[in-house]
Amino acid sequence: MARMGQDWSLQRKGPTDQARHLARIKAALRERLGDLVTEEAIIGSGGPDGRQVVRVPLKSLEEFKFRFDPWRGDHVGQGAGGTEAGDVLGRLPTPRGGQAGDAGGDPGHDVYEVEVTVDEVAGLLFEDLALPYLEPRGGRTLEQVGPVFRDIRKVGLLGNLDKRRTLKANLMRNARDAGGARIHHLTPDDLRFKTWIEDRQESGSAVVIAMRDVSGSMGDFKKRMTRAFYFWMIRFLRSRYRQVDVVFIVHHTQARVVDEDSFFKLGESGGTKVSSAYELCRTLIQERYSPAAWNIYPFHFSDGDNWSDADNRRTIEVLEEMLPAVNLFGYAEIREGGYASTLMTAFGKVEHPRFRTVAIAEAPDVVRALRRFFKSDAPAGVRP
Amino acid sequence: MIRLPDAHTIWEAARSLGLKPWPVHFEQVPASVLYEFAAYLVPGRMNHWSYGKAFYAMKTRYDYGLAKLYEMVVNANPAYAFLLDTNTPLEDVFVMAHVMGHVDFFAQNQCFRVTPPDMLEQVARHAERVRQYQFTYGAGRVEKLLDAALALADHVDWPTPAEPARRDPRAAGGARDTYTDLGPAVDLPDTHRVKPREANPDLLGFLAEHAPDLEDWERDVLAMVRAEMQYFWPQVRTKIMNEGWATYWHARLMRVLDLSDADAVDFARLHASVLQPGHLGINPYLLGYRVFEHLEAQAGSDAVWLAREVDDDVSFIRNYLTEDLVEALDLYTWGVRQDQVAVQSTAWQVVRQQLVQELTHGGIPVLHVEDGDFNRRRELYLIHRHEGQDLDIPYAERALHHVAALWGRPVHLETRILDAPSGQRRRLVLSYDGKANSNVML
Repeated sequence: MARMGQDWSLQRKGPTDQARHLARIKAALRERLGDLVTEEAIIGSGGPDGRQVVRVPLKSLEEFKFRFDPWRGDHVGQGAGGTEAGDVLGRLPTPRGGQAGDAGGDPGHDVYEVEVTVDEVAGLLFEDLALPYLEPRGGRTLEQVGPVFRDIRKVGLLGNLDKRRTLKANLMRNARDAGGARIHHLTPDDLRFKTWIEDRQESGSAVVIAMRDVSGSMGDFKKRMTRAFYFWMIRFLRSRYRQVDVVFIVHHTQARVVDEDSFFKLGESGGTKVSSAYELCRTLIQERYSPAAWNIYPFHFSDGDNWSDADNRRTIEVLEEMLPAVNLFGYAEIREGGYASTLMTAFGKVEHPRFRTVAIAEAPDVVRALRRFFKSDAPAGVRP
Repeated sequence: MIRLPDAHTIWEAARSLGLKPWPVHFEQVPASVLYEFAAYLVPGRMNHWSYGKAFYAMKTRYDYGLAKLYEMVVNANPAYAFLLDTNTPLEDVFVMAHVMGHVDFFAQNQCFRVTPPDMLEQVARHAERVRQYQFTYGAGRVEKLLDAALALADHVDWPTPAEPARRDPRAAGGARDTYTDLGPAVDLPDTHRVKPREANPDLLGFLAEHAPDLEDWERDVLAMVRAEMQYFWPQVRTKIMNEGWATYWHARLMRVLDLSDADAVDFARLHASVLQPGHLGINPYLLGYRVFEHLEAQAGSDAVWLAREVDDDVSFIRNYLTEDLVEALDLYTWGVRQDQVAVQSTAWQVVRQQLVQELTHGGIPVLHVEDGDFNRRRELYLIHRHEGQDLDIPYAERALHHVAALWGRPVHLETRILDAPSGQRRRLVLSYDGKANSNVML
């Protein structure tokens, strides 16, 4: 009948397997990224803090087994007294049944769900994004942020001793020299100290010039795709630049600067002259956003239904004139089925590393578009 | 000032009242460790993410103050009990008294006769072997295998005591000594056709022995999972009795131990918190405790001692849940009708029958291996022994993937399901061929 005292601090099995479980959640979320980034609950949540929580069902993480149908048949319960047949105890928490033919779609109450924040989705999404063609611009400065502990040295202040690394060094030295990996005979050579360096962060200003074709109708799908793409692009740029300005331009045969709200809502009839928007964009760069001081990211969303071949040629002229001044020029063609437009075909002839096009036909294409615009495969030396 | 009794005093008191517990080692552990043991059910068990998931869920509930576990006891001789290191001294006494009931039950109830005396060491060896396999064959392969094995772990046969071991004749040569402890060896002619002589409820054991394409180490892992599940079966079968017995005895032990008035009041509060009614389920502590108390009042203490030795939950409820008790505990049956959760009956026989059905086979569907050479193409044919409860079909479809992952060939499961238009149960065969599910109504 002993009560034993023991040191439990090395007991790590649970946290180890928990970490594996969390890694599986992450992998499952990454698989669903295509749906998540256009999820209205996420991009519609607005607020700047990124801490809004969205519940995401992850069917692939459920532990399927042979079990009885929890919603069929009766069960035994217990009341606090005086229960009678016919008493209503509650309603079903969620309506039974998922999508037809979808294994594991029901019952609603025990679908495995995780809570994710916008920041977590962003973390997964931005993992493989990079800023292409970032070069020193006048507006960028080195800013001193303060000391950060991210260096390890063999000498240092005892108060900054890194115990974990010290023990590891001792273990490794004993494994090497003393014939067994154990913690034994700590020598000064084993000591590891955390030490700080002054962190300097590049900061700069970027401007996004968002252009959109409002000539046709802005259907629900187009609106959602444009919004999702824009939401993540801005969020991504904000994670890399200290200041990000956004200018919204809408156009049909003429272009004008509008506010964010109108940018996503406007729908007007009439023809389309894409060159009008590009010309306005060029003017903005010349007059307000000098390439010497700004990193410039113009993006154009359109269904590509341009007025005439003549205007296509005019558009490309203006485009090629702008390209040396911008960091990246993106063209996203949002189509609901159908073929590449004449504009897309014309753009096919533009060969410039800073010009990238993508077609968005379904929700997961938004992730593809982001990866294409912000891919990290730029030649060595120009990556940030 | 009365000093609180120590572990030894409590053990002696338990023995003086007639309990025969094994010796108990108590250890005080922090919450993170206690919840870890509770997630793995035994300390030192093999690694798998599903235990990590359980640990995370329990720990989160504890951290937010939604649930508190005071102790966790391991069925072994000597028994191990882990106490939360933030318990008050009185909570510790209460928990130790409760543990005496559990350990006596482990030691004396017939369901537990089959527990291997060295199970803790076995579990540790399993963990070590799994770790070795992870090194040799890669963590990914081992995880996939365990995903399937653990999903099917419910489907092993009940361990029965002291049956002379029937061994696979091929094992006698020593060629398969890695898993000679693998059971239940069905004597089979060594032919292409694999059909169990009698309906075989031991799906995992059957797969471990007869799945055509598994490697030896994979069979070993299945055998380990199977052995661990067999160790837990008695606990699954006696949840109500075990908790009821421990509660019945902590109440009695606390009465004979020397407590100050203040401690007696604290104890009464703890005791009441254990005995909260269960709402849409039953609270096994409360139900078991009340049945034992009732039995003692009606039939005397001999009947109580006998029940503790020979019953499991099914026979305990069937024999001793009386009309008075159903009424006093306000038990009822409930079900879903038109999206409403409503009380169906409070008639005591209906309630008792429903509870017995829920407890039968631990609430786990019984699957039999019918044929290992179905269609003469080595396909596996399983039959669900339908006893009134329909399977969760979407879940079963996905669970078949796990069977197919181990069997390596198409698998089928025959069950019966309520056919809405006719109101009749019809035979339904779920199939999975490694790529797609298909269902056929017979």
